[in-house]
Amino acid sequence: MSAVEQQAGARGSGRALAIAGGIGRFLLIAATTYLGLLAVTFFIGRVIPIDPVLAVLGDRAPESVVERTRREMGLDLPLIEQFWIYIKAALNGDFGTSVLTTNPVMADIRRVFPATIELATVGTLIGTVLGIPLGVLAAVKRGSLADQFVRVVGLVGYSVPIFWLALLALVLFYAKLQWVAFPGRIDIVYQYTFTPVTGFYLLDSALQGQWDVFWDVFRHIVLPGALLGYFSLAYISRMTRSFMLNELSQEYVVAARAKGLSETRIIWGHALRNAAVPMVTVIALSYAGLLEGSVLTETVFSWPGIGLYITDSLQNADMNAVLGGTIVIGSVFIAINLFSDLLYKLLDPRTKVR
Amino acid sequence: MNKAAMSGNLLDIEDLRVTFPTRTGRIEAVRGVSFALGRERLGIVGESGSGKSQTGRAIMGLTPPQAEVLAKTLAFDGLDLLALPPRERRALRGKRIAMILQDPKYSLDPVMTIGRQIIETLRTHERVTKAEARERALDMLAAVQIRDPKRVFDLHPHEVSGGMGQRAMIAMMLIAGPELMIADEPTSALDVTVQLDVLAILDRLVAERGMGLIFISHDLRLVSSFCDRVVVMYAGKVVEQLKASELSRAEHPYTRGLLDCMPKIGADRHPLPVLQRQAEWAQ
Repeated sequence: MSAVEQQAGARGSGRALAIAGGIGRFLLIAATTYLGLLAVTFFIGRVIPIDPVLAVLGDRAPESVVERTRREMGLDLPLIEQFWIYIKAALNGDFGTSVLTTNPVMADIRRVFPATIELATVGTLIGTVLGIPLGVLAAVKRGSLADQFVRVVGLVGYSVPIFWLALLALVLFYAKLQWVAFPGRIDIVYQYTFTPVTGFYLLDSALQGQWDVFWDVFRHIVLPGALLGYFSLAYISRMTRSFMLNELSQEYVVAARAKGLSETRIIWGHALRNAAVPMVTVIALSYAGLLEGSVLTETVFSWPGIGLYITDSLQNADMNAVLGGTIVIGSVFIAINLFSDLLYKLLDPRTKVR
Repeated sequence: MNKAAMSGNLLDIEDLRVTFPTRTGRIEAVRGVSFALGRERLGIVGESGSGKSQTGRAIMGLTPPQAEVLAKTLAFDGLDLLALPPRERRALRGKRIAMILQDPKYSLDPVMTIGRQIIETLRTHERVTKAEARERALDMLAAVQIRDPKRVFDLHPHEVSGGMGQRAMIAMMLIAGPELMIADEPTSALDVTVQLDVLAILDRLVAERGMGLIFISHDLRLVSSFCDRVVVMYAGKVVEQLKASELSRAEHPYTRGLLDCMPKIGADRHPLPVLQRQAEWAQ
């Protein structure tokens, strides 16, 4: 083996080690955050003045039954022991049984969460695909009519309450024009002829080639999706504009012009490529926000997602369902954050693990 | 044929004015600058705000869009730059007139490898294959005395030192073979020890290729040792133009003041004299 090869080999194993170290640290951060999440949900569950036994049995059960149930639920054990049991159960995906639906909470979540993910994904796609070009346009034509327009669109999206806009949209597009379908995700007609596999109806119906179902699902999702998309667009275009303004004032843009590059190349190839680094975090956070925060949208559109599920459970003091839902959303939040960190590292060579 | 084309100069500037509109009124950054440049090294010296950088940017066509550029003559190789359509003006940039900026830390795109940034200049102006472009970029990196061009080619700007970054910048701006190079404070952000290396490389390449060079700096001593001629600017105007070798015979009080500010080895002058500005210099 020549000296060069040896050096290359050493560098290769060094890099592998660095990557392994990176992944290790990555998992450690994920685990710590997850433990924190479990601790918070556990103590919320213990601190709130809802007696889980009472919620299960009602207030007319005899004292002896209450005592027995309390023991069966492990509520007589020391708090730390309860926490341990809680962690073990949570890691196995066991959040107990929902009082309201009598199903295991995890089964319920498996049913409702895809509805939320599908809606949030449609919203984020709309927000990203439209928001980034609008933000770029506003930054490049700063102070122009186009810039004012984008800023007003963003301001309205920022300040108008979503339920109000949702109701107005329903009045117009559903009640008056009848362009869209409502309520829920799918017409009752298809509810029994269509068997979802992944739970993402758009994907399932397309994969099964049931285009009439696909069209129906599309007509259901288009309005809530567009509304969430609008709110995500407002945020994304605003952030894109400000990141782009920052990048366009950098010296490397002057250098790129001095090289004779076209404005198109400078904007999309250099400035946006640099702005993409912080944009990843913005888009990821906006996506995570839609996953947890579309409660109002789901309520207005009777969208059978996790927001609606948790709200219903909360109103019925169904703590297992509420905490289970919170943990699942929290886990997804952690995962999205870690994923965006990873993407950030890939996009920005300055943060490369050495 | 117009006057500029007949002069045979690389660059003819007469009465160049650059004006910025601001909320408080119009600010004239450059107020009637005139000089001509052959295939020689011209230094422009002046303090911050003297308009030296804006003069360079006006020649490049990189004046900010809100500013106004006026001139009786602004001609490059007989081409009237101000009358040129933007597309043709852009085709000149990088290809025939290039510019080196001050600090490679900011003037290189941080998320693109050095090699790709060099190739980008070449492929903007010439139809070359990827392999050929890579070959020429590596040659260019070798020409700016980077020892391991293949390694540096794949590095990102933050992975190299300032001196190395500025060499990469020179390579990026020279690869399309420009005839005029505007170097805007090319060594001010570098360590003193590296400054001379980078200058030597720039000097050699400019001489080898028979290019014209405009060297913008605030460092009178550096300019006088490096350039053939020196233009001294103050408050947007040229106050004195002279051969670098005759700098000691400068007549304008501003130039004299600048020269007197510099400590000399062996001379014992404490304190160093402070430049006493006169209002009439700016007239």
